Amino acid sequence: MINKKVANVEAALKGVTNNMTFMLGGFGLCGIPENAIAELVKLGVNGLTCISNNAGVDGFGLGLLLQKKQIKKMISSYVGENDEFERQMLSGELDVELIPQGTLAERCRAAQAGFPAIFTPAGYGTEVAEGKETREFDGKMYVLEHAFKADFAFVKAWKGDAAGNLIFKGTARNFNPVMCGAAKITVAEVEELVPLGTLDPNQIHIPGIFVQRIFQGANYEKRIEQRTVRIKST
Amino acid sequence: MLDKTGIAKRIAQEVQDGYYVNLGIGIPTLVANYVRDDIQVEFQSENGVLGMGPFPFEGEEDADIINAGKQTITTLPGASFFDSALSFSMIRGQHVDLTILGAMEVAENGDIANWKIPGRMVKGMGGAMDLVSSAENIIVAMMHTNKHGDSKLLKQCSLPLTGVRCVKKIVTNLAVIEVTNKGFKLLERAPGVSVETIKTATEGHLIIEGDIPEMAI
Repeated sequence: MINKKVANVEAALKGVTNNMTFMLGGFGLCGIPENAIAELVKLGVNGLTCISNNAGVDGFGLGLLLQKKQIKKMISSYVGENDEFERQMLSGELDVELIPQGTLAERCRAAQAGFPAIFTPAGYGTEVAEGKETREFDGKMYVLEHAFKADFAFVKAWKGDAAGNLIFKGTARNFNPVMCGAAKITVAEVEELVPLGTLDPNQIHIPGIFVQRIFQGANYEKRIEQRTVRIKST
Repeated sequence: MLDKTGIAKRIAQEVQDGYYVNLGIGIPTLVANYVRDDIQVEFQSENGVLGMGPFPFEGEEDADIINAGKQTITTLPGASFFDSALSFSMIRGQHVDLTILGAMEVAENGDIANWKIPGRMVKGMGGAMDLVSSAENIIVAMMHTNKHGDSKLLKQCSLPLTGVRCVKKIVTNLAVIEVTNKGFKLLERAPGVSVETIKTATEGHLIIEGDIPEMAI
């Protein structure tokens, strides 16, 4: 076993500096690395480029970094839930690159898997494809999209062990697994850091080789963005 | 004329036995409520779940189980969770049989615009570009006109495109329309709506052949 365990979030984020590019897991507020985000706010690093499907909401998730104007550029697929984001984008303070969600996932996965680029049909014929190489395969048009290059990937898992093995829960999985190993350093925070040997190797979603640092997260709020329920009929 | 529920009910008739279906946000989400219960259908949500069930009962919400609209949901027996790359493998790889989504504009050649109004609304495309670039079977659910009364079925989209030549069918509050290589073909009228009304509300080329039946809902 190669030990990936670090004592706390401070140790996990060692080496983070201004002007870096980060990948951050999560869909909406589901499965976001809450502890890493809180620490980035505390560190006060700025000029950041963040690759994340969404940009949080006002006062939570990446919204916390936006509030402090720590983000220079966002690369996302959907950003509709955040007034401060919209204000910064429209005023030109924030650079925003919107890309199709599947392309976002695959550009992460390409970085993880050692592919320099991929061809996708998504965005062909739209402004997303402007200036990009296109090619026809079997009569259909595709757009060349490059693998991301990032300094850190911050992911959140349900359970993990000191070897860096990860298991995700429900739809909190989303972008987290595809970001593991897609940056120079992958930092995983987990709800439960379990003793080595207790995770069934058959059930591991991400093997520890893709993770450089793992720590036991704390105080997860897990805010629900759209609480929708049905009434029990009696 | 149909309301949003009516549109959802009519689209539900398009869902066939054995289909895997992706539902967009808004009217499409309602479709799940009206699919016949004697057929086998699974709903996929691109944030990573197949086999979506209804909303949870109050007190049983799980922050880790949501749909693409970030709403709390439940799963049905046989459901599965997966990461975003695998989710879009299902979509781009054409394993999903039917995609139902909303639109701001559809053109008579099947182009769709639904992600951006320059200078006004920039929320992003989410998974829509991946969905429309790959799905064989795309149905658009929308109102026939916008809130200013302007047609949303156009000769050419004026807004930035989401995808080109991809929409196959449109169900609106007024009509069911097939997108053919000659333009919008009127298939059905909403209850109480005349062909003339549909014609007036459609800016793009509308093909009307023979008697147009009223929808059976």
